[in-house]
Amino acid sequence: MNKRKVSVGPERPLIPKGKEMKTPYSTLLPKPVAAMIFLTLLAGLSLLALSAVPEIGPNPRADFWRDVREGVPGVTVVDSEAHRILIHNGGQNWREIRNGLISWTGALLMAGVLAAIFLFFIIVGKDRLHEPRTGMRIGRFSLFERILHWYTAFFFIVLALTGLSNLYGRAVLIPLFGLEVFSGYMQWALWIHNFSGPLFLVGLLVEIIIWVKDNIPKKMDIVWFKNLGGMIGKGPRPHAEKVNGGEKAWFWLMTFAGIAVGITGVILDFPIWGQSRGTMQVSHIIHASVAILFIAASLGHIYVGTIGAEGTFEGMWRGSVDESWAKQHQDLWYEEKTGKRAS
Amino acid sequence: MARMKFLCDVERCIECNACVTACNNEHDIPWSINRRHVVTINDGQPGEKSVSTACMHCTDAPCAAVCPVDCFYTTEDGIVLHDKDLCIGCGYCFYACPFGAPQFPEQKAFGIRGKMDKCTFCAGGPLPDNSPEEYIKYGRNRIAEGKLPLCAEMCSTKALLAGDGGIVSEIYRKRVMARGSNMEFWRWEAAYPPGK
Repeated sequence: MNKRKVSVGPERPLIPKGKEMKTPYSTLLPKPVAAMIFLTLLAGLSLLALSAVPEIGPNPRADFWRDVREGVPGVTVVDSEAHRILIHNGGQNWREIRNGLISWTGALLMAGVLAAIFLFFIIVGKDRLHEPRTGMRIGRFSLFERILHWYTAFFFIVLALTGLSNLYGRAVLIPLFGLEVFSGYMQWALWIHNFSGPLFLVGLLVEIIIWVKDNIPKKMDIVWFKNLGGMIGKGPRPHAEKVNGGEKAWFWLMTFAGIAVGITGVILDFPIWGQSRGTMQVSHIIHASVAILFIAASLGHIYVGTIGAEGTFEGMWRGSVDESWAKQHQDLWYEEKTGKRAS
Repeated sequence: MARMKFLCDVERCIECNACVTACNNEHDIPWSINRRHVVTINDGQPGEKSVSTACMHCTDAPCAAVCPVDCFYTTEDGIVLHDKDLCIGCGYCFYACPFGAPQFPEQKAFGIRGKMDKCTFCAGGPLPDNSPEEYIKYGRNRIAEGKLPLCAEMCSTKALLAGDGGIVSEIYRKRVMARGSNMEFWRWEAAYPPGK
């Protein structure tokens, strides 16, 4: 048997000396094209490999429980939105946000605003009338406006107190009054809250409609904020028409917060349109967090309207303000009303 | 003390809904409330699975955590119960529960829901055991009679197990061992392996 002569290698190198860097393929295809072909092949093969995996995975029970955990809806004869999904994850997030974020930051925010108002009152003090009252009174709010304001304010306070009882009552009121007394109060608080909400919303919407014309932001309102309408420091009082910068800020906060709280409140208050648990959870989070901002801001409004600025309360209670008050706080409105020069 | 648990063996549950009927009948539950329900995932497809679900009596129960009036309590047996005399029907437990266990007799405008109702693990409520008042509000107290929940007791395929967590998991563990692993399809042999 003849042993075939095996060639161990080419007699001469395939790549001529000095041209080692040049591969044979590069002469056929430019490098980017070659790379693209390679990548396309790789991608195609990967897809082929993926589609080769059977539809039922290696552990069908694991697939089943994964579906359940991800909230894939099933079929049930006890049919309702809440029953079709075996495990609904949203509730845990809602619980964490309500019991954690909202209740803690809300408490800190409201306590912070109260403390800031208290410090402001101690350090800066009451914004008194600089000139003695002249006794001449200028009409500020009509009877309808005042009734509307106090109607809305009444329901705002009722809603704030009952709403805060709902969020903080368990931590604050149960230790004081016990489970039975608090539950009895809270049952009424819940009903009152749910019926007051739409009544408040009506008042708020009418307020927005009749007051929006006086509350269009203007350049002078930015100036107003520089020394908080002259409440801080000795600088000259900034100009203001019927409604000053601070009041406009409150008006727009009231508008946006009121509409946000109102819409979410209606979603929560009327569980008759088939809204899902998820919708209610999101609505509740918006409702509670915006309501707390609203309450915190209202503390500033209540402060300035009562003890913060002398003579302001009369405008919303008696409907008229003293000439000196108008001159000091709303100089342009004063000039328009009386025809006199404010300064 | 026992640590009570439900467990539904998905390899055995045949979606007969007998547990739902048994529960509704035992506790005289009003229409529109079903303390237990059976959910079928991938219904009508090969490999569909059914699970019977009710209140899972969580250790860290979300319903109890969010209740504004703190009406929930956990018994010595680890059963989560609630006091309908304290419940104000706000619906927060319904928002928080992942299993859809809390239900309300009404669902009307202005958030009127009535007192929440849910599975009691057949353990009644805070009123005297098996008093008429307890029966009207919470249903039968089988635990006080030394019996386990009726849904599991009368499950025809013994898919639904209820009782002390240790014993329930031991039964299930034995079943899994007997079946072997890697079951690809629902089949009779999976639930009842030959020769076992």
